[in-house]
Amino acid sequence: MSDKIKISIRNLYKIFGANPEDALNRVYGGTTKSELLEQNGHVLGLRDINVDMREGEITVIMGLSGSGKSTLIRHLNRLIEPTAGEIDIDGEDVLAYGEEKLRQLRRETMSMVFQKFALLPHRTVVYNAGTTLQVRGVPKQEFVVEAQKWLQRVGLQGFGEHYPHQLSGGMQQRVGIARALTSNSPIMLMDEAFSALDPLIRTDMQDLLLELQTELHKTIVFITHDLDEALKLADHLVILKDGYIVQQGEPQHILLNPNDPYIEDFVSDINRARVLKVRSIMTPLDGNPVPPGAHGEVDYDNTLESMIALSGGDTSHSYIVMKDGAAVGTLDMTELVRALVPRVASEAGARKY
Amino acid sequence: MSWGYFVVATYDFVFDGLGLRDWCDAGNTGSATMSMADLLAQSGAREVSSIWNLPFPSLDELNKACAQIVQTRDVTKGVENGFLAMKDALRFVLDPLTQPLSWILESTLSLFEVTPWWIMLPLLMVVVYFASKSMRLVAFVIACLAFLAFIDHYDYAMQTLAIIFVCAFLCVLLGVPIGIAMSRSDRLQRMTIPVLDMLQTLPPFVYLIPLIFLFSVTEPKLYGIAIILYAIVPVIRLTDLGIRLVDKDVIEAADSFGMTSRQKLFGVQIPLALPNIMAGVNQTIMMSLAMVVIASLVSAPGLGVLVLRGIRNLELGVGLISGLGIVLLAIILDRVTKAALDRVNAAQKH
Ligand SMILES: Nc1ncnc2c1ncn2[C@@H]1O[C@H](COP(=O)(O)OP(=O)(O)OP(=O)(O)O)[C@@H](O)[C@H]1O
Ligand SMILES: [Mg+2]
Repeated sequence: MSDKIKISIRNLYKIFGANPEDALNRVYGGTTKSELLEQNGHVLGLRDINVDMREGEITVIMGLSGSGKSTLIRHLNRLIEPTAGEIDIDGEDVLAYGEEKLRQLRRETMSMVFQKFALLPHRTVVYNAGTTLQVRGVPKQEFVVEAQKWLQRVGLQGFGEHYPHQLSGGMQQRVGIARALTSNSPIMLMDEAFSALDPLIRTDMQDLLLELQTELHKTIVFITHDLDEALKLADHLVILKDGYIVQQGEPQHILLNPNDPYIEDFVSDINRARVLKVRSIMTPLDGNPVPPGAHGEVDYDNTLESMIALSGGDTSHSYIVMKDGAAVGTLDMTELVRALVPRVASEAGARKY
Repeated sequence: MSWGYFVVATYDFVFDGLGLRDWCDAGNTGSATMSMADLLAQSGAREVSSIWNLPFPSLDELNKACAQIVQTRDVTKGVENGFLAMKDALRFVLDPLTQPLSWILESTLSLFEVTPWWIMLPLLMVVVYFASKSMRLVAFVIACLAFLAFIDHYDYAMQTLAIIFVCAFLCVLLGVPIGIAMSRSDRLQRMTIPVLDMLQTLPPFVYLIPLIFLFSVTEPKLYGIAIILYAIVPVIRLTDLGIRLVDKDVIEAADSFGMTSRQKLFGVQIPLALPNIMAGVNQTIMMSLAMVVIASLVSAPGLGVLVLRGIRNLELGVGLISGLGIVLLAIILDRVTKAALDRVNAAQKH
């Protein structure tokens, strides 16, 4: 994981309608989404989006239905053209690309996984997985080898000669993922890739994605409307509402410091003990010596749930937090219990990001 | 004013009122052509008194009041003259353009005729098998054809089949690209649909009228064009529809992988539209069969000739048996194309 910024979105606006330029000026003037729709029939898709996505990270974009998630991700490969703004990938402005360069970007730099799988029904699984190479003109015997390799990697060995309709939904989406991986592109775009699957399969697929990611370090843009999924996958979480970003940042941080009632609503329903990690609520040592009297050492990526189990529910305990074998902080169980209760945004202060 | 003295025309007042009387009479110097109705009206005692027999102000009625207005039969005559004047120019362009159709039809017909039955029947069996992959259907087709051959209708049936093969093939060859073009441009679609509607609703005999004037009745292309015009509509429509109905998500996926529009057309759109296109081909073949019977009026050979003979000479048996032959051909063609369609459908069910 590096600190290099792979995708950078600057002041992106998207307005759907007959005369977006005119509507854009209104939006610059402060007109909201519902006002714009009422006053001149234009839909404000995205408003002033600024996101940096780092190389090798999973950036999750979350929001309710209609908040503009799909619109946003489709700007990255220009399936949708923006009304205003800038999108840089590897430091290059993709909006300036001509047809040929854009096609090359779509073929070699990005690959996409879709909510409804979008496989070719008349092609076998292995052919589907190889489509991304085939469009580049790679001969069949070569792309089949590559496709077989990735099908095996996602757990579909032996299904190459089947047709998509012979597979279950979960297996079809594995083909979708294999297809994206076969292209060997550094960026993967996933639009609600797991939303159509039932919960158990969904968890499987999330685990598969995380497992692949530890090995491949792709830059992944993942869209979901499910907070649990977002918290499980995200390195960086972006929360959208009515086309604008309400809050973005490290997921644990957002969870502990929601800055908007909209996010509190989201956050209030989840099992905080299972999602929050020790590192997010510990007291850092900051060079101070390790205090005596601790009840043991715990890993900094442990969940609070595991801590409660470890302490047997005794709030008087305290622990030393270890990262890579070195002590980095201390954890008081009373602190932990306090963190389990959602804080109200106004109290947390309107902290920006 | 001598004019009003022998005919009392209902609409005189219109022209009087508009002050056009002099202009009307200027055209009345010679003896105006009179229709039979005029003559009758003249001889009989004609009274225009009641509102109940007020005639519609048609061309003929207005002509009675003002000789400058043309009569309807002049309009018909004008259309005819116009068409005849255009005919030579049209013919000059269309004749060489459509000549290959005559050649193809003639050579296919003679090919079907010279091929002996013991080659033709196995060949058809192979074709049916590859289209349907069903031995039962092959057996059925062979039984039907053998029956037709047994009652000495083999040659006629083969002629009909030959014409259908050529015309349906050309319909697909022309219709699929037209359908594809329509699916890509809303404007083209808006312009083409009325033409297709017209082709589909005009009674088949109406096509034949201008065609008979354009080409000589002995030329095969005359009926070839009539059949193609009539039967091409469904394959165009369903190609257009099929491509427009292709799953938007799959199209989006194709775009996101950077497919060119060519790759998209041949790799995604046409294959996914294939069930609809095949349904169009099935209908096109059935409509060719319907038209090939009517086309016998303009020298198309085949079973239709026998049907006509049955009607013309009141030979009931000939007409009925050849009618049965046409029904058998229709069933065969329908079953085989449907079986091919089912195979395509089975391969792509979602
Ligand atoms: N082509 C379009 N024309 C007009 N409005 C559109 C268009 N596409 C999207 N919108 C509008 O933009 C807004 C965002 O849509 P988008 O599809 O991005 O939402 P989403 O967050 O992906 O929702 P979902 O979770 O339902 O997929 C919606 O209000 C939608 O109505
Ligand atoms: Mg969406």
